[in-house]
This record gives sequence, structure tokens and C-alpha cells, in this order.
Amino acid sequence: MVKHAKPGSFYDTFERKGAGQRTTHYCPGCGHGTVHKLIAEAIDEFGVQDRTIFCSPVGCSVFGYYYFDTGNIQCAHGRAPAVATGLRRVNPESIIISYQGDGDLAGIGTAEIIHAANRGENITVFFVNNAIYGMTGGQMAPTTLIGQQTTTTPGGRCEARDGSPIGMAELIDALSTPVFVERVSLADGKRTMKTRAAVRKALRNQIEKKGFSFVEILSPCPVNWKMSPSEARRWIVDTLEHAYPVRNFRDGAGEPRAAAGEPRAAAGAADAASGLWLDDEDLHSLLSSRHDFPDDLRVHDIAEQRVKIAGFGGQGVLSAGVLLANCAITSGLHATWLPSYGPEMRGGTANASVIVSVDEIGSPLVDDPTTLLAMNGPSLDAFERSVVPGGLIIANSSIVPREAERDDLRFYPVPASDIAQELGFLGAANVVMLTAYAALEGFPSPETIRHVIPHSLKRKRLEKLNLRMVDAALDYVAKNPIRLPAGQARR
Amino acid sequence: MGTNYAHVEADLCKGCRLCVETCPHDCLEMGNEINTLGYQYARFVKHTCTACGLCYYACPEPEAITVYRDEPVAEGAVPGGAE
Repeated sequence: MVKHAKPGSFYDTFERKGAGQRTTHYCPGCGHGTVHKLIAEAIDEFGVQDRTIFCSPVGCSVFGYYYFDTGNIQCAHGRAPAVATGLRRVNPESIIISYQGDGDLAGIGTAEIIHAANRGENITVFFVNNAIYGMTGGQMAPTTLIGQQTTTTPGGRCEARDGSPIGMAELIDALSTPVFVERVSLADGKRTMKTRAAVRKALRNQIEKKGFSFVEILSPCPVNWKMSPSEARRWIVDTLEHAYPVRNFRDGAGEPRAAAGEPRAAAGAADAASGLWLDDEDLHSLLSSRHDFPDDLRVHDIAEQRVKIAGFGGQGVLSAGVLLANCAITSGLHATWLPSYGPEMRGGTANASVIVSVDEIGSPLVDDPTTLLAMNGPSLDAFERSVVPGGLIIANSSIVPREAERDDLRFYPVPASDIAQELGFLGAANVVMLTAYAALEGFPSPETIRHVIPHSLKRKRLEKLNLRMVDAALDYVAKNPIRLPAGQARR
Repeated sequence: MGTNYAHVEADLCKGCRLCVETCPHDCLEMGNEINTLGYQYARFVKHTCTACGLCYYACPEPEAITVYRDEPVAEGAVPGGAE
């Protein structure tokens, strides 16, 4: 007998762009998927699927409509509570869910949520708080903790400069109209079960027309926190829950407001993510070492390389790009690195564009790459056609199931995932791919890569492992020379 | 008398290990094979499963884990195991 399975309020297949018609676009270990499951399960259980309207936000969860087999509206940034209000006024019987992240609800849409709550709209708001802007790559959010490092607060959030983290559950609880306010967490099984209960309660309140329900869910963002999924769960317990106490703030209308000015535990985030960022000294030494290296690119007579690196989110696509750009800068060349932002990169095809040039670079966009590094099958499908004639495609043949269809370019398969796994770290397949590229194109030189890797790495303990990846990749290319299409000479 | 088990759909798993760490009875572990998404995936290995569903709730993917309770299993078959 099936005890726990995919709820019926999800679509059978997800008609989303890119790969995976049965998987979500979320990164491994992301909390959104679990929240989605809890909501879908509650919708099933209350039998309200046919009258539910799911208002998705802007943020990683923008694609609610790929997953929920309910009514769906994708709202302007932060405005889901306003859209929900409009729906409420014209559809008295609809079950209206406003699903929002912390950038959306606590940043851009602060006015909308406060006033919807203050009007006591009979809607249910699920506020997924991961203390960071996830979709755009980890910038500071209003909910970011003091001392927490993000791409826009590399030295940690500073209270004097950036203000304090905003407690939305406390803020909503300061109003007299909401009927249900609770903060829950996804840090472990027990807490997730409490979240499940809060989700059901908040939906039941709406079905019973009790009024405004608000559930804040502390949710992990392993990728932008630079942690493993399990480390991220522990960080919620050890740090996030101290700043954002997990508790019920209100259950039932008309209760007295919570006492203002309740002291909160100090955030201990300052040292949580230490050692993950390139410090100034490293950066200086990297940039100033340029004269130590010969001008590889001029030697090889390539004026400009436009490289597209693509794969699943989490395969190290973006960091491979950083590594290549750093190698170029170290060699005295110009370089740009442009990551592809957007929720489609989460579990779909992430990509980075790198331009390496002897001249200054006008635009960092790469529409017609000279080289494609395809870390997975969908990347080859997506970008094969864009490669210039005579260009080079390197494919991670461990998981790319086919060869290139075009015969006017060079194609080189390298089992990067297998090589990386054999050496003990699957996550370094990106270094194998990049080294294979370097070996085939003659740039950057192996010495440059070896020099730059320690500076480019966010996790220093992986330095030796990554250097072994370089050796293994060079070895593989030496033993497996590229086969050129008939009649085509090397450029 | 049937068996309790969790079935992990290999190609839907993103290898986050949360099910492995959440299971109170150590019924799941990470395998070495790589799936079509490029991840090493979890698999069901031990028959002390109580069908509590914690792995299902820990898993962020809608369809990667299905939990069965008291399910008849053909003799010699490995319930929940990789095909």
C-alpha cells in the first residue's frame, strides 16, 4: 500500500523548459520542494484543488505554475498579496495561496504584505525565508543576518551600514487583524512535521473563512550559503533560529498584540561561513602575478576566445568560468565572466560566458561561442547550434549521451564525471573539462592553471584534489588525441 | 504479511543525502553510480523501515521517494532497490 507519494495536486509531468519533466528546477537540498509537497498534500487532503489559486512570486519559486495543478498566477515582484486581495474580492469561494520568498515579501513587497495583513484578507501566505536572494545568486536580503556573508556583503552584513534583519512574523504579529501567525523551520524531520501542521492550519483557516494566516518557513539555500544540504540544515538550527525564533505567534483572532521590544538572541553568523571567500591578499597576489607568465594567447595566435560553459546547477559551471577568466587575467589578457542568472539555472542548464581577448572586451555576452564545454546532455542540445563553424565542443561523455550532430566543428568527448569520481570528488568534473579545453587549445597553460587554482578555490581543502584533476585531464587528452573531421585542419 | 520500504527513483534523485540523514532506522544510503542528472543517488538498503515517511518529507523532489507500507513483495525481489 502506498503510504507517502507525490500528491495529486502536482501535475503528473512538469512541462518546463530544459531538462527534467518529473523533477523540479530547484537545487539539491533546497527547501522549496519540501514546502511545495506539504502544500500540495494539504490541498489534496482538504479536497480544494479545483478552487485553489496559487500566486507565485518572483524568485526561485517563480515557476509554481509548472508544478501545481491548480489555478496559477505569476505575480509582479512582491505583489502577490495585492493580486490575492483582488482574487479574494471577486472569488469568494476560491482558496488563495500567496507563496513568497524573503526578497519578494520582506524586500520588494513589504507594503503589499503589511496592508493585506492589516486588512485581514482571508488568504494564506507562505513566506519562505532563507535569509538571502537566491535566484539572482546570493545577494543580501532584508532578512540576512548580521555578519552573514553574501555577494553584496562580502565582509558580512553590517548593522550600521545595512540595518538589521527584519523579522516578518514579529511584524505581522504587531497588527491586530491576522488570525494565525507562526514561524516554522525545515531543519530536521521533527521541525518539518511541525511545518506540515502549520501549513494545514493556515489553509484550514482560510477554508473556514477565519481570515489572514501567515506562515514563515525557515528554509535552507545550500548553494548560496556555500554549504552542503546537511550543513545548511544544521546552520538553521545553530544560527538562523536564534535570530528568528521558531514559535507560534498567534492562533485565533482578537488576541492581544505581542509585547514590543522583546530581546532577540544575537546572531552568530559572523564566523559561520568563514574561509569561503577570496580574501583581498589572495586577489592582489593573483592579479599582480600577471607579469610572471608568458603571454600564452599571443603565442598561440588566437585573438579572442568566446567560451560557453554549460551544465546542471551545481556542476561547477560558474566556477569553471571564474577559473578560466582568472587564468586569462593572470596571463596578462583581458577577460570577462558572465553567469546566466535566473531560476532556470536551478537544476536546469546553468551556464557561464567567458571571453578571453588580447584586446579590451566590449560586451561580455557570448551568443556565438568558439568553444562549448557541455557538462551534461541538455547543454549540448541547447548550445550546439550556436557554436561557430570550426569551433570546438567538449562534452562530458560520462553523462552526455550523444556526439555532436554537426560536422563542421571539432568534437571531443571526455568522461569528466568518471575521471573526477575516480579521483574521489565528483564535484571537480568542471576542472577536468576546463583542463581538457586548455590542453586542446594550448591556452591557458597547465602551469597557469596550477598557479591559479589555489587562488580561485573557495574551499582551500580541495586544492590538492583539484590539482590531481588537472594532471588526470592532461593525461587523458595526451592518450586520446582529438579526431578532426575529414579535410579540416587545426586552426 | 507484507514489507515496508521506500522506493527511490534513481533518475529523479539529486543526491542531497537528506533522506539518508533523516531516516531514523538507517534504511537508505548513497550509492556510487551516477544517474542521468549527473548525481550519485540514494537507495533503499535495509528492511527495518517503518514507513514513517520522514525520508519522503525530507526529500525536496515531488516524485523521487515513494513510501510503501505492508506491501506484498515477490519472493527474491529487492523492495525499493535500484532496478
